[in-house]
Amino acid sequence: MAAGAARLVGRLGLLVGRRARNYGRMGYSDSAPSRGPEYTTDLAEATVSLTSKQPLPVYRVLSAGGEMLDPSQDPGLPGETVVRMYEKMVGLCQVDQQLYKAQRMGLISFYMTSYGEEATHFGSAAALHEKDMVYAQYREPGVLLWRGFSLDQMVDQCFNNRHDLAHGRQMPVHYGSPEHYFQFISSPLATQMPQAPGYAHGLKQAGSDNCVIVYFGDGAAQEGDAHAAMNFAATLKCPVIFFCRNNGYAISTPVEENYKGDGLAQRALGYGMEGYRVDGNDVLAVYNVTKKARELVVDEGAPVLIEAMTYRLGSHSTSDDQTGYQDMSEVKDWRERYFPRDRLRGYLQSQGLWDQEKEDELVSVTNETIRSAIKRARAEKKPSLEHMFTDVYDVPPLRLRRQKEEVQAMVAKYPEHFPTASHE
Amino acid sequence: MALCALRRLARASGTSVRFQRRCLVTGTAVRQVAGQEEGVVIMEVRDALNTAMDEELANDDRVFLIGEEVAEYDGAYKITRGLWKKWGDKRVVDTPITEMGIAGVAVGAAMSGLRPICEFMTFNFAMQAIDQIINSAAKTYYMSAGEVPVPIVFRGPNGASAGVAAQHSQDYSSWYSHCPGLKVLAPYSSEDAKGLLKAAVRDPNPVVFLENEIMYGAKFPMSPEAMSPDFVLPIGQAKIERAGDHLTIVTFSRMVGVALEAATELEGRGVSCEVINLRSLRPLDRHTILESVKKTHYVMSVEAGWPQCGVGSEVAACIMESEAFDYLDGPLLRVTGADVPMPYAHNLEQLAIPQASNIVDSAARLLRL
Repeated sequence: MAAGAARLVGRLGLLVGRRARNYGRMGYSDSAPSRGPEYTTDLAEATVSLTSKQPLPVYRVLSAGGEMLDPSQDPGLPGETVVRMYEKMVGLCQVDQQLYKAQRMGLISFYMTSYGEEATHFGSAAALHEKDMVYAQYREPGVLLWRGFSLDQMVDQCFNNRHDLAHGRQMPVHYGSPEHYFQFISSPLATQMPQAPGYAHGLKQAGSDNCVIVYFGDGAAQEGDAHAAMNFAATLKCPVIFFCRNNGYAISTPVEENYKGDGLAQRALGYGMEGYRVDGNDVLAVYNVTKKARELVVDEGAPVLIEAMTYRLGSHSTSDDQTGYQDMSEVKDWRERYFPRDRLRGYLQSQGLWDQEKEDELVSVTNETIRSAIKRARAEKKPSLEHMFTDVYDVPPLRLRRQKEEVQAMVAKYPEHFPTASHE
Repeated sequence: MALCALRRLARASGTSVRFQRRCLVTGTAVRQVAGQEEGVVIMEVRDALNTAMDEELANDDRVFLIGEEVAEYDGAYKITRGLWKKWGDKRVVDTPITEMGIAGVAVGAAMSGLRPICEFMTFNFAMQAIDQIINSAAKTYYMSAGEVPVPIVFRGPNGASAGVAAQHSQDYSSWYSHCPGLKVLAPYSSEDAKGLLKAAVRDPNPVVFLENEIMYGAKFPMSPEAMSPDFVLPIGQAKIERAGDHLTIVTFSRMVGVALEAATELEGRGVSCEVINLRSLRPLDRHTILESVKKTHYVMSVEAGWPQCGVGSEVAACIMESEAFDYLDGPLLRVTGADVPMPYAHNLEQLAIPQASNIVDSAARLLRL
């Protein structure tokens, strides 16, 4: 009896002590000011029903062939900007092809292409400011290329030679470049997602008017980190753009097996933020949506979710074979009808900004650039063996120094197994 | 009268109520014990931690606290009491319940240049966040070739508490001290708690700070130096809590107190123990351990965690790998927690953690008393 009274006192104490924000909503007091839902005896009214819901429509601006569908939706970008988007896109397509081949030839250990998703990179990157911090997953190198990272630098990273910024410590395609406000790729899926609102929180504290964008796939979106990230961003009010590349597959798992709801965009409502669904293969639509999202994010300091519907034309990586599970006629269909590069070229041609001559020249110059980058990167020395031991301790402890001496002794004793001429 | 009734009610309802004299400068609870040395104050570990965080919040605008219940609720164990009231929403941030989110957001904030102190209600729940702690916080500096430092402190109670069963009682000392890229600290006294937490916050690396729930209420004398807002203990240096000649006891956290208790009893049997409080698990102060072993010729490690791959295994290996091995007159003996998930029953829980009698009996066996 006394214990019960004590508990009641304790509860009242909590009610009195806390801000009364929640209690009206939970209906603990009939006399509390109504800031919450209404009450009803009709269960249907209190039901979030699937039956009447249509999937959220997809925003697009260009037809499959690249014609402007609605001039009012034309972003009105300068011709050189759109041409630059195309040139960078061709660069990405070509380097993807060549580095994929390089892996198959045994020159690099691993590669992942962005085949079919190029528009998500350039459309979004072009709508950001250059100091907006990027947290990517691994299939967004176009964002880095847009910001000025060169094809040579991409190739150096994939070959893990002495020019690699990370001293050869990362797998290929795990780019990073602080200079370009692009965080180093972290392999475990979706770990970058809560880090983005964390970083954005830091920007807000510093009074910056930059924001953060975090890219992730439809598969990664199922991770616990994804839920935590969106909930935190919304509750803590962090200026983050959540950009989901919904490409239909998570390795071999199709979206039908990955989630039961209507994709990602509608989840925004659950987290208390705005959500957009866009045609991820329409670079201008992606631009428009990202631009709008950025304005909202920076003005309100609150997050926004963008779901870009696209399609993964290639395998997940060089360790995967899509023919084992993907319907190749579906792949062919997407390739023929909605390939971002062809679609953008169609638009440029319709605007008189591009022709076959320019195309041939670009392809030839780009291929040559990449070929010589690969040739050079191959011949470059690898990072020094030293770097196995650096960047952990400022003063290496005795144990590590001994291990390093052992390594050096072993390398010296068996040169045929440890050729060091190829290292710096 | 009303005060007493409220206290009784509060205790009955499980909430903690404190009415204590406070230091006007730092706001911490202070009690001067009659006859105590001039300038020495008695301070609870919890208040030492609170003071440390308060001082670091004042010292550096980039420092902020983040965790569940750290703000208005004053912290699940009241370690952050008063800090939200003093520093506000921007410096003390309450979060939704997801440790991977808390840790991930804190890591991102650290990457942006802030200095988060990320509280886990206990380190048991931090298993949900361990990918962010190890794969992101610990490894990013290395994997970015020094471009992206992650200055962050992960703190919270570690190890056994009282009657909270297996899922709330695991000791993570060996898990975290295993990983390069992290610093791992384990305070024992209030002085340790204050000096090491301040050092952790000022350190530009990720630091795992393993507190102990049972120790939160323990009181220790604080020297005038320890009360200074600039008091920082060096990371990587153990403290010889009690000097001795016959047996070295290497231990950390709450077990330091248990070892000191055993040492007093052993003194009565003519054995002088040197009790080493490690304070820092990574980097481990091997020098202090080895010098002590060379002096005493006998060594014992004491930890509350499980035996296999525990901290004691590392201490044993270090001694074997060094010249101190030649000074041993007997093998290292490990006194550890029982190799079972922590029982819930109070009596069994007592038996599952080293007691002073375990240490005394083991010493007797080792020294053939």
